[in-house]
Amino acid sequence: MPSLSASPDGSVAPALRVVGTRPVRPDGIDKVTGRALYGADITLPGLLTGRVLRSPLAHARIVRVDTSAARALPGLKAVVTAADLPPAPDRIEDLGEGAIDLRYLSDNLLAREKVLYHGHAIAAVAASTPEIAEQALALIRVEFEPLPPVMTASAAMKPDAPLLHAGLKTDRMGQRDAAPSNVASQLRHERGNLDDGFRRAAVVIDRRFRTETVHQGYIEPQASTAHVQADGQITIWTSTQGTFAVRSQVAEVLGLPVSRIKVVPTEIGGGFGGKISVYLEPLAVLLSRHAGFVPVRLVMSRTEVLTSTGPTSGSDLRIRIGADTSGKLVAMQAELYYEAGAYPGSPVGAAAVVSFAPYVCEAMRVDGYDVVVNRPRASAYRAPGGTNVAFAVESVIDELAESLDLDPIEMRLINAVREGDRRPDNLPLARIGYVECLQALRQSEHYRTPLTGRHRGRGVACGYWGNWGGQSSATAILNPDGSVSFNVASTDIGGSRASLAMQLAESLGIDYAQVKPRIGDTDSVSYNDVTGGSRTTFATGWAAYDLGQKLAAEMTARLAQRWEVAPESILRAGGGFASGDRRVDFAEASKLVCEDAPLMVSTTVHPKGYGAAFSVQCADVEVDPDTGKVTVLRYTIVQDAGKAVHPSYVEGQMQGGVAQGIGWALNEEYVYNEKGELLNGSLLDYRMPTACDLPMIDTIIVEVPNPGHPYGVRGVGEVNIIPPAGTLANAIHRATGVRLTALPMSPPRVLAALWEKSGYRP
Amino acid sequence: MTPRKKTVLEFTLNGEPRAVLCEPQQTLLAVLRDELHLTGTKEGCSNGNCGACNVLLDGVLVNSCLILALEVQGRGVLTVEGLARPDGTLHPLQQAFLDHAALQCGICTPGFLLSAKALLDENPTPTESQVRYWLAGNLCRCTGYDKIVRAVLDVARSQSAAHATPPPVSPA
Repeated sequence: MPSLSASPDGSVAPALRVVGTRPVRPDGIDKVTGRALYGADITLPGLLTGRVLRSPLAHARIVRVDTSAARALPGLKAVVTAADLPPAPDRIEDLGEGAIDLRYLSDNLLAREKVLYHGHAIAAVAASTPEIAEQALALIRVEFEPLPPVMTASAAMKPDAPLLHAGLKTDRMGQRDAAPSNVASQLRHERGNLDDGFRRAAVVIDRRFRTETVHQGYIEPQASTAHVQADGQITIWTSTQGTFAVRSQVAEVLGLPVSRIKVVPTEIGGGFGGKISVYLEPLAVLLSRHAGFVPVRLVMSRTEVLTSTGPTSGSDLRIRIGADTSGKLVAMQAELYYEAGAYPGSPVGAAAVVSFAPYVCEAMRVDGYDVVVNRPRASAYRAPGGTNVAFAVESVIDELAESLDLDPIEMRLINAVREGDRRPDNLPLARIGYVECLQALRQSEHYRTPLTGRHRGRGVACGYWGNWGGQSSATAILNPDGSVSFNVASTDIGGSRASLAMQLAESLGIDYAQVKPRIGDTDSVSYNDVTGGSRTTFATGWAAYDLGQKLAAEMTARLAQRWEVAPESILRAGGGFASGDRRVDFAEASKLVCEDAPLMVSTTVHPKGYGAAFSVQCADVEVDPDTGKVTVLRYTIVQDAGKAVHPSYVEGQMQGGVAQGIGWALNEEYVYNEKGELLNGSLLDYRMPTACDLPMIDTIIVEVPNPGHPYGVRGVGEVNIIPPAGTLANAIHRATGVRLTALPMSPPRVLAALWEKSGYRP
Repeated sequence: MTPRKKTVLEFTLNGEPRAVLCEPQQTLLAVLRDELHLTGTKEGCSNGNCGACNVLLDGVLVNSCLILALEVQGRGVLTVEGLARPDGTLHPLQQAFLDHAALQCGICTPGFLLSAKALLDENPTPTESQVRYWLAGNLCRCTGYDKIVRAVLDVARSQSAAHATPPPVSPA
């Protein structure tokens, strides 16, 4: 794999000993030997099995829920319905990757008056065996009054569309409409004079696009265990991206003080944004309490994961862009209609920022609409909202480049944003490495090698993601043997124990192996935001750096006292401490310091200097004209990581994000029938990429340091899922002459487009 | 509801004879996880599509969620817990997965390790394409497979080098 480091101003960073190396992760052996405990691996004495009854209908009024027959079943220990939930607070809680209205969160846990999607939870049970729990579900009688389902944004916005929520009135940037609607909100970003811009354009492309609902597809289904003790103290073991997010959601929807709840994180088998919102935890708490203070475990089936946990939005999009003869963009307009699922809260806000962020243009307007439909409530999925809009924008940019006979990288360089340029929401960009990424791709072996062969084409696209900082807390304990116990609350979803321990080791001047990271529960570490928003290696990395500095300062102070010298006279050398003739290595220093008194330091950071991420991608594809199947022959990703703390895991994030993007682009979609029933709720029919669907994915890491981080780190996790759909659409176009405007570009769709172009009628 | 009658299942698990009471409807996966508390074998889909529950049954790769426990009566099962040597030395595939950073969340890793072992037992010198097709029954959502495929090819190369046979040529 090629690797490239770019430092545009030629500055030389201080030599790093640990950051930038590729050690084995601290939790690695547990994970290759099967010892690591994930959500469903938790077991406790007397543990009961929970199950959830889910709606077979997409849209219906609940007339009656009769649980009496189930309650009479021997071995059944508890049944709960929405009647067991306290009234929900009408308040908005920010969970990191999207704000959640607690009323909607509560209604999504257990439906109150209506079911709003196929798979909406109605009741939950706990029993001594799974068989009894399932038998109990079959004995619960639910009487429905079916209502017509509303499945797409365009259908939901029709004047006569059935309403999901009678009280939902469109919020137009603070102004509420008088009449109810399925449009929860509208937002607009605008600058310059759009009409003037389009008048100056030599070429204008105006296209409509459609993308389907897709799922995060983590391999571990949601799994949560709760134990309510008779004194009211609650422990929850759960697979989550954020223990504190779980704690606050459970506290809010159950009307409990947070001090009653301890959330213990298990290992997490993938999340990608989908394991932030709670689904099972409050139900497990209610069941444990109703069953007589015994622990209850709830584990979702794969079908439940697909029908009932947050997928991401499908969308209808319109993109209109004008360029002058030189290729300079003169006007850009977007209309984004995002399907939020059953409750407001699609990622259209982030999409509106992502939309034209890589491009300089004085006349811009982006309109975003958050539309409710009878699908599961959308939740975050890796760079939420970005892939949909970038598919559309990057397709139109490619069409403009082609009509102006410009190389696609040149087209982007002509219009590329640089430091100080403004995003669509008018926020200025800090130091970024976008141009460096474009240049690196242009110089890459892949791009310089001509693609030959029939039915083959090469596509290019780019993506922007703002990343996030958030709050992180951590604690470090110095041990007398020279090691450091490092407690963090950021759950490790893909190697962050390594990237954080490396930053602490670097900061403190010790070896990586001397840092022992541990993921703490909510009672052992201070408040910490979710692992999400590409923030953990950046923000919790800041905390790790800060702990290293604090430990070193305290050790220096204590040695100064012991040696009766001024602290300033003590120098750090080779990890040890020295003053005059005195010299101790780090382990000796630790022993001396710990003889005086135990040493523990804590920190909470809220770094604001998070750095934006850009990814530029290039794909070669071959399209089978007989089947419409698209084969990805070669793929190269270029990303500005700021600084790659552990380059293998940075490459892994790049490759993983692109693999998800390729699945989204080529095969993945929720297939519903006219009744709103999900038809492909299994991993056979919801078609995620396998090893034989993908080539090796080459990575080029560009390092334009983020000035807002001690080692220059930007977030790396999310941005790479944004460009693949556009990259592949552009490649398919170059291979076939056909421009696909709907995702997924699956064989039937590609074949239909090829037939339409050739005039063939099957 | 009367509990079902239990049957004694006797089989060899990771080289050791085991006896466990199980019910007729229990899958091998359920008995491994719920009765024997060996939770290294994971459940991702319960219908044979994700490969997280893969184990070797008399050396043959199977989805343990699709095998009834009583079908393994008198037979030999290898799970991820049995891959490393008793002294803790990792299997070369386990070590290669660590060295190549071939896991992120790690939930699919046990299944991939068993699938890769079955492949190399049958074909010690696979091409990249053969590795990809063999592993197509295992879903990974984190890595994009690149580093997994490299790890498996790396083990194949070092093992075949140890046996003094020429290394396999990876296709372009």
